[in-house]
Amino acid sequence: MDKFIYLDNAATTKTSETVVEAMLPYFTEYYGNASGIYSIGVKSREAINNSRRIIADTIGARPEEIYFTAGGTESDNWALRAAAEMSGSFSAGNAPGRAENSAAAARADDQAGSSAGTSKADDRAGGSAGTSKADDRAGSSAITAKSACHTGNPAISSRAEPQIKNHIITTRIEHHAILHTCEYLEKSGVKVTYLNVDENGIVNLEELRRAIRPETFLISVMFANNEIGSIQPIREIGEIAKEHGILFHTDAVQAYGQIPIDVEELHIDLMSASAHKLNGPKGVGFLYIRRNIRLRSLIHGGAQERHRRAGTENVPGIVGFGQAAKEAFETMRQRAAYESGLRDILIDRILREVPYARLNGHRTKRLPNNANFSFQFIEGETLLIMLDMEGICGSSGSACTTGSLDPSHVLLAIGLPDDLAHGSLRLTLSAETTREEIDVTVETVKKIVERLRSMSPQYEDFCRRQEHAATV
Amino acid sequence: MSKGKVVVGMSGGVDSSVAAYLLKEAGYDVIGVTMQIWPRENEKDVSEKGGCCGWSAARDAAQVAGVLGIPHYVMNFRDVFREKVIDYFMDEYLSGRTPNPCIACNRYVKWEALLKRSLQIGADYIATGHYARVEQLPNGRYAIRRSATAAKDQTYALYNLTQEQLAHTLMPVGEYDKPAIRRIAGEMGLPVAHKPDSQEICFVSDDDYAGFIENNSMRPVPPPGNFVTADGEILGTHRGITHYTVGQRRGLRLALGYPAFVTEIRPETNEVVIGGAQEVFRDRLICDRLNFMSLADIPDGMRVLAKIRYGHLGVPATIHRLTGGRAEVIFEEPVRAVTPGQAVVFYDGELVAGGGTIL
Repeated sequence: MDKFIYLDNAATTKTSETVVEAMLPYFTEYYGNASGIYSIGVKSREAINNSRRIIADTIGARPEEIYFTAGGTESDNWALRAAAEMSGSFSAGNAPGRAENSAAAARADDQAGSSAGTSKADDRAGGSAGTSKADDRAGSSAITAKSACHTGNPAISSRAEPQIKNHIITTRIEHHAILHTCEYLEKSGVKVTYLNVDENGIVNLEELRRAIRPETFLISVMFANNEIGSIQPIREIGEIAKEHGILFHTDAVQAYGQIPIDVEELHIDLMSASAHKLNGPKGVGFLYIRRNIRLRSLIHGGAQERHRRAGTENVPGIVGFGQAAKEAFETMRQRAAYESGLRDILIDRILREVPYARLNGHRTKRLPNNANFSFQFIEGETLLIMLDMEGICGSSGSACTTGSLDPSHVLLAIGLPDDLAHGSLRLTLSAETTREEIDVTVETVKKIVERLRSMSPQYEDFCRRQEHAATV
Repeated sequence: MSKGKVVVGMSGGVDSSVAAYLLKEAGYDVIGVTMQIWPRENEKDVSEKGGCCGWSAARDAAQVAGVLGIPHYVMNFRDVFREKVIDYFMDEYLSGRTPNPCIACNRYVKWEALLKRSLQIGADYIATGHYARVEQLPNGRYAIRRSATAAKDQTYALYNLTQEQLAHTLMPVGEYDKPAIRRIAGEMGLPVAHKPDSQEICFVSDDDYAGFIENNSMRPVPPPGNFVTADGEILGTHRGITHYTVGQRRGLRLALGYPAFVTEIRPETNEVVIGGAQEVFRDRLICDRLNFMSLADIPDGMRVLAKIRYGHLGVPATIHRLTGGRAEVIFEEPVRAVTPGQAVVFYDGELVAGGGTIL
């Protein structure tokens, strides 16, 4: 492959060589199943627990509060769906409270889960759990379904309490792993409030307070946004949640490994993270679950992860995650200083040297490696293609929405008009990014924007109007 | 030494895949682009029909680009497609005409919009997998020539391209016939060698365009009205004019004792006119919105071969110029089902001389 400048580290990062080295023995040498009693199995188990300890340490948690998953998306799905089940508001299979060990209920969960709310699956789920059409009716007759759930559900405080907790508060700028899971839950009768954000992409705490209802069981607010990098007031949100006895989940996929996180100080109950955003391997993540919270499983099967997450452990992945976390937290301070220094040069130069450019997101309350720009009169898609032709890898919005025809929901939420929300450029740096690469990138962006504007009738019109205004 | 940079509109199908291959072999610097034009709800239809512009198209095209070793990008053309193709399509039906969305898509989306972006990213040409040929004539004009094989001629839907567009267009597939193209695809090991040809209107499922209009139009859909004879005799009730097209026989649900056809649609009175087999024939038509291709202007009295729909073989005809940019086309023998809204395309030998929209 030709030489290229990689500025899409929010999409994914290069797995560091030391991480790969740490992983390698667990493919060919210590390949034992961690559930085995023989020594190479024990070796795997020890390696997993070692990673668990490292990771727990990085966020001020206990090892038993860390559950490995297949990535951030799974962690998000698990947190939201299991919290909804626990509150009794989510009726997939109508199983949550009734039968912790019922095979029928577990099967129903699987079916409903794997086919994401298609009516066929819902019918089956309802049928096999022995309750008729629970899902079909969930929206209209939530009360009946919920009352049934309550019986014997240890997660619900009191049988006498008539309150059905069926309300989630989240934001308009979450990753689709959260938004689409919320949409899925809404189909089953869960109510969701999507908080607005200000022009910098930051949640308003007063609006959050006002959104809280007696039936709110979960607040889920991302730690830092994947597109514009804005960092949320997580401590304050955690305090508000705690004050009201509401579970607090944060999707920290972008933040974990980049900025300090302490789950105790910040009152976080549930937190999602992913290894491949911090120079770890793809396909492994974790969900932090505060020790007193009894979340049910999302993935059913064997007894791995203390019965909470079935499936043979991804031992090399988990080892890689542990190593990546160790490196990320050891280097965090100087890395953040280095990356934010380059980021500021990038932002300053673009805003100074490219006319009609704007920075999306907060100038300082943003991830150290994130810059996101909009250029008036420019189609972001064309800009990205031309950057790629010059060997520069950027993205518009999030990698997960590339190919989507819709403008970025995050940019719309911070008040950008449709055309600008279609055409943003996200550049996300790494510790390996150099000053020279930043300079080349700025020069290239300048050149391309100038070329595209020279071919844009709208820009020509605009300039003519400007000139006219100046002479009048 | 590169012959220039060319963006190939790649649908993931056989024709455009081979087009990309042929251009690369010929020494062009080839960039594959798949146009995304329609929301994902129709992914299933598009993929089943082998359509050109959905998610499956992008996936297949990317795979082909990988085999060819060329860069591949997806570009979003949803807004222009909605405005210039979907809205036009619905408006025409609501006004009692039968649109040809492929012609509109070619002119405004595949050419105007794609060409603009291709030039922006530094390309000199765009190319497609159409079975047609582009050439510059001694008179300096660019024109479409019928492809080497009449069995798969797609020139009809291309009559409305402008000179500027044609000057930047390559159609390498037009030199071959379909079996040859499939053979080339097979020899190259292209994963799409046996993909079915795209069919029907790409954004309408099950050919239910009336249902599509009901679900998507902002304007009210015309209510049921009367089937009438040319003399005004009421024969029954129709389901709304959007359900009919001139020349239609099937689905009329009329028992008249003779084969009945739609001969005319009258939006102003919400009537559908029914007649016997003879009454579907016309010996002339009037068209407007003329586009000239091989000639800067079509002289009054010019003799051409006129095609009045995609599958029509064409009949000899004479063109008479009228005022207001219109023309009258007089056929040497009557033609079946002259359909307002469709295009009439004029051929001068193998060349497309121009065409217009039937009134």
